[in-house]
Amino acid sequence: MQIFIDGKRCGANQGETILAAARRHGIDIPTLCNHEALEPIGACRLCTVEITHASWKGWKGLVASCLYPVEEGLEVFTASAPVVELRQVILDLLLARCPESPEIRALAASHGLHQTTLPLFVEADNCILCGLCVRICDAQDYHALSTVNRGTTKEVGTAWKEPPADCVGCLSCARICPTGVIRYEEDQATRTIWGRKFELVRCTGCGRPLTTREHIEASRKRTGLKDEYYTCCDACKKKAVSDRFVQVGR
Amino acid sequence: MRIDTPNTLETIRTRLKKLDAGVKRRVLVCSGPGCAASGGFKVHEALVKEMRDKGLEAEVELAPCLERKDPLLVAITGCQGLCQSGPLVHILPDDILYTGVKPAHAADIVEKTLKGGEVIEKLLVKDPKSGERGKGRADIPFYKGQKYIALEGCGRILAESLDAYLAVGGFSALAEALTRTPDAVITEVEKSGLRGRGGGGYGTGRKWRSCVKAPGDERFVICNGDEGDPGAFMDCCIMEGDPYRVLEGMIICAHAVGARQGYIYVRNEYPRAVKRLTLAIEACRAAGLLGERILGSGLTFDIRISRGGGAFVCGESTALMRSIEGNVGEPRAKYIHSVERGLYNKPTVLNNVETFACVPSIITRGAAWFTGIGTPKSPGTKAFCLVGKIRNTGLIEVPMGTPLREVIFGIGGGMLDDRPFKAVQTGGPSGGCLPDSQLDLPVDFDALTRAGSMMGSGGMIIMDDRTCMVDVARYFLAFLLEESCGKCVPCREGLRQLHAMIENICQGKGKAGDLERIERLARNIKVGSLCGLGKSAPNPVLSTIKNFREEYEAHIRDKRCPAGVCRAITTFRIDAEACTGCMLCVKACPPGAVTGERKQPHVIDEAICTRCGACRMVCKYDAVKTV
Repeated sequence: MQIFIDGKRCGANQGETILAAARRHGIDIPTLCNHEALEPIGACRLCTVEITHASWKGWKGLVASCLYPVEEGLEVFTASAPVVELRQVILDLLLARCPESPEIRALAASHGLHQTTLPLFVEADNCILCGLCVRICDAQDYHALSTVNRGTTKEVGTAWKEPPADCVGCLSCARICPTGVIRYEEDQATRTIWGRKFELVRCTGCGRPLTTREHIEASRKRTGLKDEYYTCCDACKKKAVSDRFVQVGR
Repeated sequence: MRIDTPNTLETIRTRLKKLDAGVKRRVLVCSGPGCAASGGFKVHEALVKEMRDKGLEAEVELAPCLERKDPLLVAITGCQGLCQSGPLVHILPDDILYTGVKPAHAADIVEKTLKGGEVIEKLLVKDPKSGERGKGRADIPFYKGQKYIALEGCGRILAESLDAYLAVGGFSALAEALTRTPDAVITEVEKSGLRGRGGGGYGTGRKWRSCVKAPGDERFVICNGDEGDPGAFMDCCIMEGDPYRVLEGMIICAHAVGARQGYIYVRNEYPRAVKRLTLAIEACRAAGLLGERILGSGLTFDIRISRGGGAFVCGESTALMRSIEGNVGEPRAKYIHSVERGLYNKPTVLNNVETFACVPSIITRGAAWFTGIGTPKSPGTKAFCLVGKIRNTGLIEVPMGTPLREVIFGIGGGMLDDRPFKAVQTGGPSGGCLPDSQLDLPVDFDALTRAGSMMGSGGMIIMDDRTCMVDVARYFLAFLLEESCGKCVPCREGLRQLHAMIENICQGKGKAGDLERIERLARNIKVGSLCGLGKSAPNPVLSTIKNFREEYEAHIRDKRCPAGVCRAITTFRIDAEACTGCMLCVKACPPGAVTGERKQPHVIDEAICTRCGACRMVCKYDAVKTV
């Protein structure tokens, strides 16, 4: 099907969102809570665009492009005056929440906002409650994290704020966090995250940290792959394969 | 006894009607939220005991009346409406409404009224204007302008009894609906023009039709009883007072859309509603009105109660569904409607309690009857809760299109203490405040929306000249800030900023340009938020700025709260000419800031005054003024 983004005719696929179509056509729409591997939730609202349609009798409105499904003939505006104003307001609000976050500062600056115009309501960390950590944990079926409380007291946490029994220490949450809020520590033999200590397994090849014992156990149960698969890192696995090629070649 | 065919239903009904008609006299004791709180159940207990002590054949249920020669029914009903004057006791067929009844009055009521046939004057409601006392519903202005559809049984029939509901024609609409095709039932509801009573006003028939059209092998019916607006208790009263009517509406809907499972989502803060709905569901299951092959038809349907934990946002349909599923009650975008992908991603019809309560009457009396009431675009009636500075606080139901003035000054009895009317807030936290210039507005979905407020679920908060509109905006914002789910940025962070800006103004720290900043932020919260809560959250602020801008300006520019509410910028002074030196305020002042001699004008010491307003409240001569 055909849609129009900022006046440009773009091909789009049934069932995809405005954001997905726009990105395929190289049109930039800022996002904070979106990740290609996860279901969108429309929480940050930065991806809001203005839409209308020839058959809507002049009606137009703002929608979250990460959720709105495309339809034939849809006209999308990614930088109309109301869209730009809303984006400014959202970034302003986020800056007032986490004025020290380098990521938010950079994003705001790229929209011409160098400091917040609003009173500060600084939270203890730079969490923007995008929910990516919760969703990536859920997507892997671990369900160790959730948002707790509501409104301005909302935060990401584990059940009863205790070390989570369901966590395997895989670090997905820490790595997906757009503002780098989720901290973890590693020493020679252990990794600690969310207050829980895990046994760190090192690569039998290079000795670098591979992942945790709990993560390996959980993955092995699910995939049914052999133990050797989990003993060394990807780089060492590649090296082993290429070594074998070389030997065969000789 | 199982009611497994329409014929059995009618046989049982005939028997119950005869039984009901054999009850010579009934004493109905209100157990609505207000009356229950002020001792309604104790009054009932005292009446039963007194009657039995005096040898009257008092029964609390319908069935045992069969064995009595001269039965007297003394029963618990749902809300009878005039909450202000509770506990209420309504005696039929005499039509005597006793108000403010205490257990101590039981002896008098039994001796004088029930035995002697005498009306106890002092327990009758008194009209404050004429001083006359009204005997029963027929004489009391509060009841005269009302028209009952959703509240038809509420306050009139036994709240917990399936027999009582059957005796007044209960489940005849279901029997009728089951003789028709689902399509014909939907067409009837469509023709009636019934619009969602939860506030959105979406066409009920249209919603049911879309659900049927949506592909899927399983469908759900949900009744939204998560009423949470401050000052609203209509749905609570319907669920408590006439639970079977709600169930009947839901079963008819299940037949229409082909659902096998229904849910009633009711907040746990309504324990009596939960209890009575549970009883009603159990009674219906036992009678075969819920379960397999209802009334011998092909319909199999059951209803479960899902209790909410008290989050206001769970009244939002998508958050409600997530909550039923056992997830965090956060709304999702409705670009794909829940009639297509709702509960467990299956096609789902979600209607409000009052909407379902309207359905049985539409089926039995027909769409044409329904459209004959109300306005062309908003047919039928609407239940409202009158609260605030109004004489008759209570639960009412009026035809759509009734002017606000009639609701407030007719049925509502006018302003408390005859103070000037300032504003009425409709639509709950998402609604708006309308000034006196809008009093002739007809109450319907479209007129209220055009005026910058909304119908909402039906809370109506009446405010007088001693209400500060900036403070009202602050109150609603504080409520919504606490109740926002916190998922999306504009609502979570935006409301926090908006609240801080208004709070600042109340503190006398407002600056020029604040209103423009507020309007810009409010506008963006409206368009940017994910769900209805955020999208409508700035309404109380925007509507008060629109209608009471000068009051905001007095706060910002003159650092003065004209209504004398915002303490930081209020100064009370006693008007020496109006003051009679009665000493009331001197005694009422907690910190002792008011001094003076009897029959000499009193004086307030500003340095001691805490601006609590107690002096102004007790003054009978309106001598305490704000500067």
